[in-house]
Amino acid sequence: MPKLERLMIGDALPERHHTATNVSLFLYNAAVWNAHRIHYDEPYTIEVEHHPGVIIDGPLQGDWLTQVVVNWLGDDGRLLEFEYSNRRASVLGETLTAGGSISAIDGTTVTLDVWIRNERGEVTTPGRAVVSFAA
Amino acid sequence: MSDLITDDIRAWIGRADPPLEFEVTRRDIVKYAIATEQRQAKYLAGDEAPPMFLFGADRPLVGLDELGPDGLRRDTLTPELPLKRVMAGGIRQRYHRPIRAGDRLVIEKSITDIYEKQGSSGPLIFVVYEITVKTADGELVMQETQTRINR
Repeated sequence: MPKLERLMIGDALPERHHTATNVSLFLYNAAVWNAHRIHYDEPYTIEVEHHPGVIIDGPLQGDWLTQVVVNWLGDDGRLLEFEYSNRRASVLGETLTAGGSISAIDGTTVTLDVWIRNERGEVTTPGRAVVSFAA
Repeated sequence: MSDLITDDIRAWIGRADPPLEFEVTRRDIVKYAIATEQRQAKYLAGDEAPPMFLFGADRPLVGLDELGPDGLRRDTLTPELPLKRVMAGGIRQRYHRPIRAGDRLVIEKSITDIYEKQGSSGPLIFVVYEITVKTADGELVMQETQTRINR
């Protein structure tokens, strides 16, 4: 668990790898009730929507970014604000790495830069989170 | 500058969907927690919902005959756009209160902007939505700004 008084700007949060599978993507899209075929129908995705493969949902990557934050934070505070944007598509078969670092500390409010990188080291999904540590 | 966005399209800015009310079940939270590889016990047990649990909850549940050949429902809150392929853009969420199993929530969604940009492989149309989630009693739960990109 992080301790507010020991935090420094630039501190890295623990990284985590995610390798989506057909099964995990199916369950995610079922859970959010999303029937868009680019997440499970490879021929359609390639031939009709011209993606290189089955697409890993952008919001799923967004969720993984929130987990970088909440798993680091634990019960020491709470997430106030979170934003991300999907800059690059990621396809089934890629292993993505989620991580982040502290970008600002203001009293008990800490701002974090978070990111998802693909295996080529490109940031596919940058984000930002604001957390409040319990006083 | 804006070639693709006609006055008819622009007229959609400000429109809103009817409020959508639903109950959060423990089972729904657990399904979401498993599919997203959550690690915290409170999420995996369904006591509390992970931050992005409500993604997609603004979509009304409709019959199969209302889903298009791409699998998506023709959105009642999106104008017919000249660019057809939809990509997730980005979202910004502000959290006011945790979501717990048994909560009755009301989601309101409106369209706040539509604009065009030149992307590296052609024009893009951005549609911006504001989503407000409250409890049935009116307590603010979450506010979201969502951007969808058509290419």
